Amino acid sequence: MESECVRRDADPPVSFTPDAVLAAFKAIPDLLVRDAALTARGRWLDVDCLLGPSTQPFHVAIRAGRIVDMTPTPVLMRSWRFAYRATPAAFAAYWQTMPPAGWHDLLALTKRGQATLEGDLHPFMTHLQYFKDLLALPRRSAFGGVS
Amino acid sequence: MNGFVEPIVGRYVHVEIDGEVNRIYFEENGSGIPLVCLHTAGSDARQWRHLLVDDEFTKHFRVIAFDMPWHGKSNPPDSQFGSEYRLTTASYTATIRAFCKALGLDRPVVMGCSIGGRIVLNLAIAHAHDFRALIGLEAADFQQPWYDTAWLNRPDVHGGEICAALVSGLIAPNGPEAARNETLWGYKQGGPGIFKGDLYFYRVDGDLRGRTCAIDVSQCPLYLLTGEYDFSCTPEDTLRTAAGIPGAKATVMERLGHFPMSENPDQFRRYIAPVLQDILDKQKL
Repeated sequence: MESECVRRDADPPVSFTPDAVLAAFKAIPDLLVRDAALTARGRWLDVDCLLGPSTQPFHVAIRAGRIVDMTPTPVLMRSWRFAYRATPAAFAAYWQTMPPAGWHDLLALTKRGQATLEGDLHPFMTHLQYFKDLLALPRRSAFGGVS
Repeated sequence: MNGFVEPIVGRYVHVEIDGEVNRIYFEENGSGIPLVCLHTAGSDARQWRHLLVDDEFTKHFRVIAFDMPWHGKSNPPDSQFGSEYRLTTASYTATIRAFCKALGLDRPVVMGCSIGGRIVLNLAIAHAHDFRALIGLEAADFQQPWYDTAWLNRPDVHGGEICAALVSGLIAPNGPEAARNETLWGYKQGGPGIFKGDLYFYRVDGDLRGRTCAIDVSQCPLYLLTGEYDFSCTPEDTLRTAAGIPGAKATVMERLGHFPMSENPDQFRRYIAPVLQDILDKQKL
């Protein structure tokens, strides 16, 4: 076999601080408010879910595509339909302007074991592109620059 | 430019596959060595439109791209309407060989992407003498599943939206936006259950592990090219496959994902041009 151009990224692929990841995640509701097109794509979506860094996830309440409440866990006896939680390293990589290969998609992260998807997946799957774009919003604010 | 007419010509050819005549839509341009292009699962031959109008390639190659039955403008066979579509290694191989035979192609080059890349490996195993060269894009003998295909065809989930959203992550970030949108549009337009039916071949029936060692590239050169951002058929999957095939040429393509020819045609051109030149050079020997 002849091969060329093999490149793999070490884990974690980018440098980050947990506090910066948490701050970037907390900014998502405000970023969504400024994205009318993404909000409109979620207009049929009402769901209570668990999203965020695995070290500090949030209960997120979405109504008609808008985040109406985001509260850090734990909240006593609060329910959720599905959870998408990723390591801080995964979010830091996912939010790069040019994310490293294999860290550039929510399901790439689950495949590589850097994120978990649990619960009733129906609302997540019916709005898959919405959630991919929602959780990518910090990328636009140049979270980590070009990796 | 307003009024510009592309040189691509689209027609239908009647192809007998497993005893039934299928009306197959194909597009072509150029002259020379036949180069038959196979689209990915759940999409159609529009993915190849940039290659079809490449002046340099079409000087030396008759580039042909066809819609598989059930895809694009090739309808399901008359007898199959209403039945569940399932692509298999045998039916896929038979379709490609029958199409080439119907057009009277003399030892064409076949280039396939994704499921098209996988079936190229089976052509190399079982029918190498029929082909001048084989090119597998995003091809491997096997790859680990990363989602449940049951989501692709159920009444409470929009098929077009879920198919496109699932594969959107297989496109490399920061490529041309219009090309990305067009690639996903193909997935939004597939018939119900067709992407899922294609993946029956990919996931269930088409496991070629342990069989690719039978490939003899001296009969038919084999080129494998995979985008670095393809997390479905990863570069490691392709390199592992190539490592078991003496003489196979494997390349990892930077800033490309699972749909190189449609998601970023200019970047893909950098990688496919040397391969096509190599095939041309071998003809001159």
